Amino acid sequence: MGWTRNVMRVNLTSGTIKREPLNMDWANQYLGQRGLASKYLVEEIDPKVDPLSPENKLIFTTGPLTGTMASTGGRYSVVTKGPLTGAIACSNSGGFLGAELKGAGWDMIIFEGKSPKPVYLYVENDHAELMDASEIWGRSIWDADHILHARHQDPLIRIAAVGRAAEQGCLFSAIVNDLHRAAGRSGVGTVMASKNVKAVVLRGTRGVGNIKDPKAFMQAVNAGKKVLADNAVTGQGLPKYGTQVLMNVINEIGAMPTRNMRDVQFEGASKISGEAMHEVRAGDGRANLVTNAACFGCTIACGRISVIDKNHYTIVNRPQYWGASGGLEYEAAWALGSDTGVSDLEALTYANFLCNEDGLDPITLGSTIAAAMELYEAGLITKEHTGGLELKFGSAEAVTRLTELTCRGEGFGRDIGLGSRRLCEKYGRPELSMSVKGLEFPAYDPRGIQGMGLAYATSNRGACHLRGYTVASEVLGIPVKTDPLVTDGKAELVKAFQDATSVVDSTGLCVFTTFAWTLNDIQPQVAAACEGDWSLEKLLEVGERIWNMERMFNNAAGFTAKDDTLPKRLLSEPAQTGPAKGKANDLQKMLPEYYKVRGWTPEGEPLQATRARLGL
Amino acid sequence: MKVKFKLYATLSDFLPSEACDHQIDAEVAAGTTPNQMIDSHGVPRRLAHLVVLNGVYVPPSERDRAILRDGDTLAVWPPVAGG
Repeated sequence: MGWTRNVMRVNLTSGTIKREPLNMDWANQYLGQRGLASKYLVEEIDPKVDPLSPENKLIFTTGPLTGTMASTGGRYSVVTKGPLTGAIACSNSGGFLGAELKGAGWDMIIFEGKSPKPVYLYVENDHAELMDASEIWGRSIWDADHILHARHQDPLIRIAAVGRAAEQGCLFSAIVNDLHRAAGRSGVGTVMASKNVKAVVLRGTRGVGNIKDPKAFMQAVNAGKKVLADNAVTGQGLPKYGTQVLMNVINEIGAMPTRNMRDVQFEGASKISGEAMHEVRAGDGRANLVTNAACFGCTIACGRISVIDKNHYTIVNRPQYWGASGGLEYEAAWALGSDTGVSDLEALTYANFLCNEDGLDPITLGSTIAAAMELYEAGLITKEHTGGLELKFGSAEAVTRLTELTCRGEGFGRDIGLGSRRLCEKYGRPELSMSVKGLEFPAYDPRGIQGMGLAYATSNRGACHLRGYTVASEVLGIPVKTDPLVTDGKAELVKAFQDATSVVDSTGLCVFTTFAWTLNDIQPQVAAACEGDWSLEKLLEVGERIWNMERMFNNAAGFTAKDDTLPKRLLSEPAQTGPAKGKANDLQKMLPEYYKVRGWTPEGEPLQATRARLGL
Repeated sequence: MKVKFKLYATLSDFLPSEACDHQIDAEVAAGTTPNQMIDSHGVPRRLAHLVVLNGVYVPPSERDRAILRDGDTLAVWPPVAGG
């Protein structure tokens, strides 16, 4: 049946841990992971709750295919109300932690309340215990991981932890598992630290059973793996170049956010691209990229493992950074690189290592530094604020130093830890924050990719590409090519991507499979694993239900149609170069059409008929 | 006339050794099409998935019809994706 049917409820205030049965009625309506945990959250918290109060909850959740033989079936998500946005937050991560949680016999862990002192949760199958974290509080994630492995004397435990940034209240702190995979966006790590939880340590030895029809499941899984292997993107492109292959593509088509999104093309893009990571560098005669890497059960293996040149200024005489670790993905590379005007690949790799070491979302970090650079240029932030640091666009030293300070919550790093919206408000230019609902943009300028403007404006967790990746269609031609510069048909396209992604995020599978798979490839795997009827039609309905449920939570939290917008820069300052030259994003045209396609009122509220159809 | 020809990802191997930063400045005859450019460098057409002329996607049906102009930039990728 896919699910273990066990939920662990951890009351941190009282220090009690209870097992309860999974609500199978909800599982039948929301499938798992993002959908099902969001349903639990929506039912259990007041939408207006302060995200960093004990009344907020934090849910680690798996999907029915997590821990199975399905390719990429190792995903887990963390669901909560996000502190950066005040909206519903769901951050998805790979690595091995999700499969370990499932293998220990749990579908999800719900944290509620707040511990009176720092603790970590240790789980070994049925055994679960809150343990004293005083030794690891105040330490980095990498240190905590090392200490916990030594303490438990078990090399096979899997650990997710928060770093010093989260402890210091940085609002975009991530939860990092397996040293360099992260539930990265929306500040889920900040919520975890606010509850005095430093880490989750898991050991599961039960495996994942209870598959409804094992033979049909293996057939469906093997068919899916063949599709991934035969596809040029998932079988060749992603393993060799990773997500970073997009750096030159997006720059060429004129949608590369550059210097706080003032420009749409970056002259240094090729120096920080996936191709550049393969090139032998002058400093030490080695390439930045060591190898690719796979998460649990993944047959794509898009991950990057890198080493920094030991002669680079960032790590001279600092052997703790000389080893190989999680390298640059495209989102970290553009945000820390083109958005700050920095083309030093080694500096960016170092900043990315720090984001893993202490748990920072590199997208929000890079965008916030870029906003600070523009404020510095405008004279609103000075060296007095920064402790003498010059924040000029193009300064690698500024990026690496600010990353260090933000990781530790020191000096001007505390201002960067606010995220760009609060930073720009503090220094009197709120319009310079490149964000939607408080979450900073990912790597696609919506002046050059019109549909992404609508996807950002309507995303339930703020400006996010992983809620509706129309780039696949508008740029890459997956599943069909559409014109990135036109708005016609984009409302339907965005809705289709948003609903389908809601399904994928609820299965335990990785969304990157959809570069080769459609829901037609996923449906047989879900149907064979899970009891009940899991037709394609039902999956699509589940996706739409999840999207509307998240929307209704946000509306109840105080968001309105006025929040479905983009920064003024993207709506009124035309792109200066590339194919989109002279164009801004035409959101005003797409948004009313989108509300209509969604079955929402002109004010962005789901109509009664829509709610009734979806059982909401 | 001169055009910039760029090959990325696994297609970089098809560029001549003097290529720098994944591109060459190529001297081409008037009337040259994207497919002729691709063929002349030995790039199998089935691998030329994303063909972009001055930043604008050229669909397969246009690759024998579009004409390169002096100063144009033609960039080609195999099937790629990211996120």
